[in-house]
Amino acid sequence: MTTRPKEVGADRPVISLRDLCKEYGVSDLAVHALRGVDLEVERGDYLAVLGASGSGKTTFMNIIGCLDVPTSGRYLLDGIDVSFLDESQLALVRRRKIGFVFQSFNLIPRMTALANVELPLAYAGIRGDQRRQRAMAALSLVGLADRSNHMPNQVSGGEQQRLAIARALVTSPTIVLADEPTGNLDTAASADVLAVLDRLSAAGRTIVMITHEHDIAAHAKRQIHMVDGRITEDNRIVGLADPPPLLASSKVAS
Amino acid sequence: MKVAEILRFATHGLSANKSRSALTTLGILIGVGAVILLVAVGNGSSKQIEANIESLGSNTLTVFSGGFGLGSSSASGTQSQSTALTLQDAEGLANKTSAPDVYSVSPETSTSATATYGGSSTTVTVTGTYPSYFRASNSPVQNGTYFTATDVNKAHNVVDIGTTVAQDLFGNNRSAIGKSLSIGSTPFEVVGVLKSKGTTGPTDSNAIAIAPYTSVEDVLTGYGSLSEILVQATSAQTTSAADSEITAILDKELGVTSSTSTASGTSGSSSGSSSSSSQPFEVLNQSQLLSTSTSTSHTFTVLLGVVAAISLLVGGIGITNIMLVTVTERTREIGIRKAIGAPKGAILGQFLAESVLLSVFGGVLGVLAGFIGSKFTIVGVKPVIVPASIVLAVGVSVLIGLFFGSYPANRAASMRPIEALRYE
Repeated sequence: MTTRPKEVGADRPVISLRDLCKEYGVSDLAVHALRGVDLEVERGDYLAVLGASGSGKTTFMNIIGCLDVPTSGRYLLDGIDVSFLDESQLALVRRRKIGFVFQSFNLIPRMTALANVELPLAYAGIRGDQRRQRAMAALSLVGLADRSNHMPNQVSGGEQQRLAIARALVTSPTIVLADEPTGNLDTAASADVLAVLDRLSAAGRTIVMITHEHDIAAHAKRQIHMVDGRITEDNRIVGLADPPPLLASSKVAS
Repeated sequence: MKVAEILRFATHGLSANKSRSALTTLGILIGVGAVILLVAVGNGSSKQIEANIESLGSNTLTVFSGGFGLGSSSASGTQSQSTALTLQDAEGLANKTSAPDVYSVSPETSTSATATYGGSSTTVTVTGTYPSYFRASNSPVQNGTYFTATDVNKAHNVVDIGTTVAQDLFGNNRSAIGKSLSIGSTPFEVVGVLKSKGTTGPTDSNAIAIAPYTSVEDVLTGYGSLSEILVQATSAQTTSAADSEITAILDKELGVTSSTSTASGTSGSSSGSSSSSSQPFEVLNQSQLLSTSTSTSHTFTVLLGVVAAISLLVGGIGITNIMLVTVTERTREIGIRKAIGAPKGAILGQFLAESVLLSVFGGVLGVLAGFIGSKFTIVGVKPVIVPASIVLAVGVSVLIGLFFGSYPANRAASMRPIEALRYE
């Protein structure tokens, strides 16, 4: 871990990628999922990563989320070089800095909504009463405080995804990583989930969202396009300090 | 990550699949229950054997004449024996100077005979002896009295009978007293009925009649040698000393060379009939008999315990099996937990705790089952629980949980989160 004292501060990029490469397999059979990605993501940004399947965006997401390590290149997350951390160190980084929202919700069945949201806090070793308090706060933030004692299979898909967002938020992570968060949802539920993400962005959270739909990506402040493991386009839609572009309209929708 | 937290996750995981957890627990329950119960049965039977042997008198020595095995000279048909022991030998042992540790000496002459009263008859082992025999052989009367030294001196035809004889001939103990029964056509007056004794072998130790030595000699066995001499030591501690004293006396009286006498003295009589041809007598030490059968029943207990331990092992393999299924089934859950930052140790702890909980729960129920089972008499044995077996069984069940759970738990902990999340 190389934490540079000079970089400490709110102005340093949350994510800084330098010539990031990822290969699967060896020599002739190697698949190049990422072929040199350079990217900086500022604090408070709302980034949409667009790309067709096979463009390397899932690999990108896994590396950004510290679930995987790059083959070469450098990845600074909040100033910490996480490129070559071992598994237990990666688990620590995931616990402290990253909140995941998956396409298939990935809530733990047979555990109440509250218990699911509390889980990251339990692994962080936070005491029971405090844990409950913070989990309830996260649940109210996504509008599901009244669902705290429901099982995941007792609530709708949109509500499950909002539970997952609450779980991602509860540890106050540096970035929220959403992988196709609306991929399994109908239009109305998608709108609910995106509205929650918009509100989070407006509140200053850094969000990285992977998607392949342009109208979903339209919620972000900045869009990047990935093709064959490279970034081909990088468009800023609104300024870093501005509210997300579709916040007002989604407010009307909800 | 606190231990309480891990336990909470583990109980949650187990309660999610109750019937499976219950069946896995059952495997350990049966294993632990079997260990406790079977060891208790083994222990109970050894206690029973010890009690039976002690009822024969623990501080007694039995002197047999040589040339007869232990079995043939003890109970039946010894009228024809011609070697060695005589009444003079027996009297020689009752010598306070050369045998200070001897409390009493009771010569015995015994035979099998038919006892009749009215229309009924029964086969009894008739022993002619001195009154000291009752105490030495631990045969107190339940009803009536013992015959006396006067009865022996005057050769009175009186008899103390065992309960089987009393039941067979008179219907009950009380009505036997004062009646006259015939043993081998000679009438004997019943003066007492002996307390019932536990039976160890195939012969009924209550089908007995104890009469004065002189009268049995007169009417049944004839004059000559003794079946055996029952010697009572002053206490259980002095039994060995009494053993060597009477061996020394008999060696002298019967003219045994010193080399064989040493052999006889050291080995007691446990060497058995193999050396009988050169030995005019053998001394059987009850305490040696006790230790022999104790070690036999100990082997028996260990054997039972091993059989039960195998079933405990099978139960343990059941835990591994079910935990492997659980880990595979919950691969996705493991992936989620890892993605949100669960350290390897927390996953390992959770699944290890699940397997240990299964085995400990099974172990505790097994102890309970063992306790309940030991309340019943099993194949004629009243089980006596060995406290160490409980500690051992529960301890082993915890270890089984740890050992048999470690492989599946380790598999869960070392899963890679990306692959685990992708698992359907």
